[in-house]
Amino acid sequence: MRSVQTLAVAVLSVLAISGVSHAGEPKSGGILRIYHRDSPGSASIHEGATYSINVPFMPIFNNLVIFDQHIAQNSVATIRPELAESWAWSADNKTLTFKLRKDVKWHDGKPFTSADVKCTFDMLMGKSPQKFRQNPRKTWYQQVNDVTTNGDYEASFNLKRPQPALLSLLASGYTPIYPCHVSPAEMRTKPIGTGPFKFVEFKANESIKLVKNPDYFKKGLPYLDGIEFTIIPNRSTAILGFVSGRFDMTFPTEVSIPLLKDVKSQDPKAVCVVEPNNVSTNIIVNSSAPPFDNIDIRRALALALDRKAFIQIMFEGQGDIGGTMEPAPAGLWAMPKDMLESIPGYGPDVEKNREEARKLMQKAGYGPDKHLQIKVSTRNIAVYRDPAIILIDQLKSIYIDAELDVVDTAQWFPKVARKDYSLGLNLTGNAVDDPDQSFYENYACGSERNYTNYCNKDIEKLFDQQSAETDINKRKKLVWEIDKKLQEDVARPIIFHARTGTCWQPYVKNITIMSNSSYNGYRYEDVWLDK
Amino acid sequence: MFAYIVRRLFLMLVTLFGISVIIFVLLRVVPGNIVDILFDAAGFVDPADKASIERELGLSQPIVIQYLHWIGGLLHGDLGYSYVSEKPALEEILPRIPITARLAGLALLFSAAIGIPLGVISAVHQGSRLDYVLRVVSLSGLSLPAFWLGLLILMASVSMFGTMPIFNPNPKTWLEAFTIYAVPAMAVGFRSAALTMRITRSSMLEILRQDYIRTARAKGASEASVNYHHALKNAVLPVITVIGIEAAFLIGGLIVTETVFNIPGIARFLVEALRWRDYPIVQNLVMFIAVVVVVVNFIVDMLYAAIDPRIRFGD
Repeated sequence: MRSVQTLAVAVLSVLAISGVSHAGEPKSGGILRIYHRDSPGSASIHEGATYSINVPFMPIFNNLVIFDQHIAQNSVATIRPELAESWAWSADNKTLTFKLRKDVKWHDGKPFTSADVKCTFDMLMGKSPQKFRQNPRKTWYQQVNDVTTNGDYEASFNLKRPQPALLSLLASGYTPIYPCHVSPAEMRTKPIGTGPFKFVEFKANESIKLVKNPDYFKKGLPYLDGIEFTIIPNRSTAILGFVSGRFDMTFPTEVSIPLLKDVKSQDPKAVCVVEPNNVSTNIIVNSSAPPFDNIDIRRALALALDRKAFIQIMFEGQGDIGGTMEPAPAGLWAMPKDMLESIPGYGPDVEKNREEARKLMQKAGYGPDKHLQIKVSTRNIAVYRDPAIILIDQLKSIYIDAELDVVDTAQWFPKVARKDYSLGLNLTGNAVDDPDQSFYENYACGSERNYTNYCNKDIEKLFDQQSAETDINKRKKLVWEIDKKLQEDVARPIIFHARTGTCWQPYVKNITIMSNSSYNGYRYEDVWLDK
Repeated sequence: MFAYIVRRLFLMLVTLFGISVIIFVLLRVVPGNIVDILFDAAGFVDPADKASIERELGLSQPIVIQYLHWIGGLLHGDLGYSYVSEKPALEEILPRIPITARLAGLALLFSAAIGIPLGVISAVHQGSRLDYVLRVVSLSGLSLPAFWLGLLILMASVSMFGTMPIFNPNPKTWLEAFTIYAVPAMAVGFRSAALTMRITRSSMLEILRQDYIRTARAKGASEASVNYHHALKNAVLPVITVIGIEAAFLIGGLIVTETVFNIPGIARFLVEALRWRDYPIVQNLVMFIAVVVVVVNFIVDMLYAAIDPRIRFGD
């Protein structure tokens, strides 16, 4: 009986926090009002690496395929057709062919064709005369030889070798199809898409306005007349705006755990969910210069971390411990617990780990009488600064005296690129819960976002091996092995994976917050207001 | 007087030229430029692409050429293009000026309308309970940071009325305009009001001890006539100076107030533009603020002459 009750409670809890609120027949009309956390630098999703761009501009576009917008956990099984009616892999798994819809128009009335698919990916692969100013996801398409078209309504991706993950990468909110007839410069200021909402205006530091696309190819959608984002960088003002009813929804995954309590106490009827968001807080180690060119000191660093303490102090216990891949149950590729705990520094006995760390430090010539002096560099943003301070405190336990080196945003990446740091406190957001995205982007030799220039040819071979593997279970085992090796190599020690909150008023229906990505769930075509 | 005005106008031009050079050089000395920040949104820096964007934006040119280009454009009314929005800088700046001007004007009005009478009352009733209360109010005005006061006002508004002021930059009626601007203006003007009150009080106290005040009283002038006709007229000079200086310093308070109340004025826009190193916006906005400050100083000096006939310039 007790177990039945427990099960019932568990089911109800899952339903309550699933984030999907279906109630009655959808109603058309109304403007969804959301505050935006900051003023994005551009409207071009392809040129950005922040969901400050995805959230307001994803509703303008369509992808070939998209993760189901109402299943919180993105996976290959939840991929749905969008501009593509169907897709098929060739027998050798080296060609992925999409049959395209014939009833799609760009917001300026021009027809959508396979040429648009080709030119979007030609630009992403750097093969087009028209260039993006920044192209952060170029590595996603390094296995694509070319994109070919067969008539106006068929496009094929021809690969150098099989890459099952390609479909997931195409389903990300980061992979909209751009129109050939609009320049990248125009897309930064006046984006044109095929999606459920049309761009109206973007006033920097003020607002972003979208209006319903009456010619949307999905008949009857969208339900909303428009979406308005008011840009409020001051979080206190923004939250006050939400609890006072000025906004229907907070900026997604932007409500911190302590703030969530405030929201619930001031506006008890608000619907709030807390989800992991596949953003890890980690340490970038400059292993090309002393002292961290010494593997013993790198290992001591990994052994010194008390991950639970970080999560307790920063999120009142609401966070997850894992490796590179997002922890289970939200993450699909997480190492089993026993395997994770076998990695140095992940064992539950923190004092025992630190004792081992101190021995390594002594081997490297440091001890109670000779402390290692370093700087921990990080960005001048609270989510970076706060864990850096905790890290500095924890490093004291292994004879390391660290000083906080706060770096202005404009200087952060140039500083990292110059290798002008010892340790850096960093956040890594993964747009797709897939090893190909994470491994190639963050750990492959020569990748632009591999900040530490970590380069291990043996692991690189394993990257390719798992990437080409079509058997999901075999692939998982390879991924776990790689993830373990990355942690043992102290390539980019992962401290924790955060969880964050999103709140909306109960009359906002059909909102789902993704549990293994902060980048993919903002199409909003079937969101409606029960007013 | 005429010679003085001409000399002051010439000095104003020299000052503005100096400011333009300082703004321009300082902006380029600040580490990082717009391209670094653009790459920040992409999560890496690509040196080749960075150089290409710098060429596209004209940032690879020598600083002197960039300066001459800016000043040349300015003289022709061309403020350049915002690097972020890629719209003309004038189009970005112009609609925001009236918003901040209304807010600043109302804050200064609030400062004078509250500060001067309360300062006079405090001085006239020196040592009374009322004087102590007013001095505490003035002290709190000087101690409370504008952002804290603003947040308190917003929180009180939400908890008491369940709503918060919705900022509409284009109010249709005077009443609507007043309700929109009054609260943030009070938040930003409270400090100036407190300062004005203190200066008025001390200036009045000093004047009230003068011989001619005693003479006026001895001649049988009423208290009101002594206080408001004889004393206040002379006590108000330093107050005008303070209000003039406050007008220049107001921009600091406006930055936090516009941020807290989410008002799309030039002060908040300036901070955001600085964050992006959006040079065309920042240098034109700072230049505009410099012009306002220099002109306000000029007006204050002219007011001095108008109010106190003993003061003669250049004659």
